Amino acid sequence: MSKKITETKIEAKDLCVYYGAKQALHRISIDLFEREVTAFIGPSGCGKSTFLRSINRMNDLVPTARVTGNLYIDGVDIYHSSVDVVELRKRVGMVFQKSTPFPKSIYDNVAFGPRLNGITDRTELDKIVEESLINAALFDEVKDRLDSSAMGLSGGQQQRLCIARAVAVNPSILLMDEPCSALDPISTAKVEELILELKKQYTIVIVTHNMQQAARVSEYTAFFYMGHLVEYDKTRKIFTNPSKKETEDYVTGRFG
Amino acid sequence: MSTKRLIGIFAVGAATVAVIAIAGLVFSTMGTFLVKGLPNITWQLLSEAPRNNNTEGGIFPAIYGTTLLVLVMSILGVPIGTITAIYLNEYTRAGAVMPRVIRFAVNTLAGVPSIVFGLFGLGFFVQFLGVGLDKTFGNTEAIWAKPALIWASATLAALTLPVVIVSVEEALKNVPQEMREGSLALGATRWQTIWKIVLPNSTTGILTGSILAIGRSAGEVAPILFTGVVYSLPQLPDGVSSQFMHLGYHLFVLSTQSPDVDKTLPLQYATTLVLLMLTFTLNFAATFIRSRIRSKQFR
Amino acid sequence: MEQVTTPSPEQKHSFVRKTNNIGERIIERCVKIIGGVAVVLIFLILLFVLREALPLLMGAFSQSQTAQSTAQSSLSDTLNLKPEVYNPDVILSEHQAPEEFAPEVYNPDVSVPTTIHAEKINNETEAEGDHITLANILGTVWQPVSTMPKFGIMPLIIGTAKTTFVAIFIGAPLGILAALYAAFFAPRRLREIIKPMVEILAGFPSVVIGFFCLLYVGSALQNLFGFDFRLNAFVGGIGLAIAVIPIVFTITEDALSAVPKSLLEASLAMGATQWESAYKVMLPAAFPGVFAAVLLGIGRAFGETMIALMATGNAAMVSASIGDPVRTFSATIGAEMGEVIWGSAHYSILFFLGVLLFIVSFTLNAVTELFIKERLAKKLQGG
Repeated sequence: MSKKITETKIEAKDLCVYYGAKQALHRISIDLFEREVTAFIGPSGCGKSTFLRSINRMNDLVPTARVTGNLYIDGVDIYHSSVDVVELRKRVGMVFQKSTPFPKSIYDNVAFGPRLNGITDRTELDKIVEESLINAALFDEVKDRLDSSAMGLSGGQQQRLCIARAVAVNPSILLMDEPCSALDPISTAKVEELILELKKQYTIVIVTHNMQQAARVSEYTAFFYMGHLVEYDKTRKIFTNPSKKETEDYVTGRFG
Repeated sequence: MSTKRLIGIFAVGAATVAVIAIAGLVFSTMGTFLVKGLPNITWQLLSEAPRNNNTEGGIFPAIYGTTLLVLVMSILGVPIGTITAIYLNEYTRAGAVMPRVIRFAVNTLAGVPSIVFGLFGLGFFVQFLGVGLDKTFGNTEAIWAKPALIWASATLAALTLPVVIVSVEEALKNVPQEMREGSLALGATRWQTIWKIVLPNSTTGILTGSILAIGRSAGEVAPILFTGVVYSLPQLPDGVSSQFMHLGYHLFVLSTQSPDVDKTLPLQYATTLVLLMLTFTLNFAATFIRSRIRSKQFR
Repeated sequence: MEQVTTPSPEQKHSFVRKTNNIGERIIERCVKIIGGVAVVLIFLILLFVLREALPLLMGAFSQSQTAQSTAQSSLSDTLNLKPEVYNPDVILSEHQAPEEFAPEVYNPDVSVPTTIHAEKINNETEAEGDHITLANILGTVWQPVSTMPKFGIMPLIIGTAKTTFVAIFIGAPLGILAALYAAFFAPRRLREIIKPMVEILAGFPSVVIGFFCLLYVGSALQNLFGFDFRLNAFVGGIGLAIAVIPIVFTITEDALSAVPKSLLEASLAMGATQWESAYKVMLPAAFPGVFAAVLLGIGRAFGETMIALMATGNAAMVSASIGDPVRTFSATIGAEMGEVIWGSAHYSILFFLGVLLFIVSFTLNAVTELFIKERLAKKLQGG
């Protein structure tokens, strides 16, 4: 991975999202780059999670949600009628705020996605599970108890298991919705370390409330406020020399 | 003492009396049937067929028939009830027209008198489906177009459908939404999510629903009166097109239509107790499992 | 990291192809179809119960048409006249009960070797079976198995009304008061006993309640009130009340617990006593729910078969006394359907009774669902 490429991976053009009559996102236009970590920051209800969830079309699950504008991944409009949502979600992994391991064994959790793709060969599954757990920096901790329930893991381990589960289907994008908000500082540090490791392979978008975290892990930062994209730039610039007043107020802790 | 206090004492007193009356009712009936029934429950009663025009011997065929009836009923009704619950909970959203119509139908179904289900069973299953089947297979003799175990079971399955639906829905609601999203985000389809994540986590609910339905239907007599039950049988039912004996119907006939009601009184008490034990065990099991589900934490 | 995850171009755009998952679509279609089974069932019930009742209805409501039919005109004319001639049987009906005395022994209609009997009737009255007049149905004599069958449902209506009334009059107050007690007056430990106790009561099979009434309640009430008959409307009503209590209790309890606790606290804070708060604040707040409880209780009492069959005495009498035996709609169906000739007029009218039962229960349920529950929701959400 010597060559540093900053190709556009995800591109939004005038993306608007409505929940019923309420408009949650106002004409978002943004380019997110391949194999970089982009952080979305902003106060609660600012639309950052809504935007994140429109990247893998999880908003489709909200019956009243409506989307206008375009969102391209690798140049393909994912809201086009020819796109298969299920296939899209296999290419765009997601990690949630609340770690959601299935009440199955650790092994079955990670193997869930590959099995959906029709992989039944045990040796192949073993390999995928092992690699995914290694990628999620969890393998050493759980290698002796792959068959025990995932519900017995600690919060931080559960979250890394969810990451392992997400990378097991071999996506190119990882969306993370406040992945550390329920974790203690040590677990948080581990997950952050992992994110820096994962960005070598994946385009990562992370929503966070924690500005230090955004500063630590991300290359680019987007600040959302009231459903608008206020500012989007290199992280260093956002935190040291923002060009908008709202951004400065937010990152210096004057509101939010 | 002021009038207001008097009224207060009367108000609280009336409520207390109501509870005492209900308690008295429960304990006196339970007590009576325990005291009178228990001495008459013998191995012979539980294992033998009736003799001498049902005045002697055991009630084994009735126990067997009841069990078979509710088992076939579960096989017919539980899958349909479960799928309906899945449809309501997983495929529709709360305000839409279809789920509201279905919920209304389910509630209506729960209120339809059981005897009307009996008429429906006779009119639809026996007279329509049964006749149709016999015609299709060219049976000269009525094989399906007569009251039979399968039709009685189907009637009871229709009767207990609301019970199953409500129980399974409760279990489905208990599965956290995050679990579904986690699965969908991995690229699982809606049905894959239901089949691999939601249903495995609702098995106890489905079990409760089945048990409650069985408990409710084990004691129901009205719906089976003309869809398959008989008072005495030369042999045990040998298939779903046979007729069968039933504990509740047995008790009904013994206590109202027997030539010598007094002579069979011990038999009646014993039958009652067996029937009560059966329904209470089932209801208790369902309540127990359900309270376990409610306290169970997914996180 | 030996794993190479760089997506190849084909992989990159794999989500564009719509996976044509036929299996999934078939399953979803099946789920949607089966999901509607409850609705279909309601229609099927109405349709097939009505279908069997139809020949009778056609006969009853198209007298003028049949009278015009040339081939049978003379015959049907005379037959149509008959019920009018025989209708004033009221004289008989009151004292005709002796034939159906000793209700414990069960109704004689059934114990008669009905097959031969009924077949004979069937031959004799085949024509009439198709032309039962409205007057016959609205008559006051229910005597379906005789050479000249009479299908007057008046006594059945009166019987059903009497038992239902008794059941609600006893069952509803007991259920409501017990729910109030459990919600507001009971010590916590007692409260946890009351609910399972009511559940036990709800778990009683109706045939067992019927048996209990038959054995004990009948004699006890006869000794107490000196009824002429051991089994009568009052005994049946008490049996039905036992079935009604758990329903009223449960729904009332639900309604009471749906009322915000803050309302109770506010009332208590204003200096109202516990009982005043319970009766004057909480109960009125939950009123639509309590009303629904009573309506559904009525539905249960009205449609219950086995208790009515075993405890009411089963004589189709026209009388105002609750100490006389009665015969209810559902008990009539339960007792007679097993012995009728399929397709006969008697058979049809039993299905007709079923239609009436269905309509009443449907209406009661619709009222509670569409009217009361919504009002309750509005009331509690301040809409």
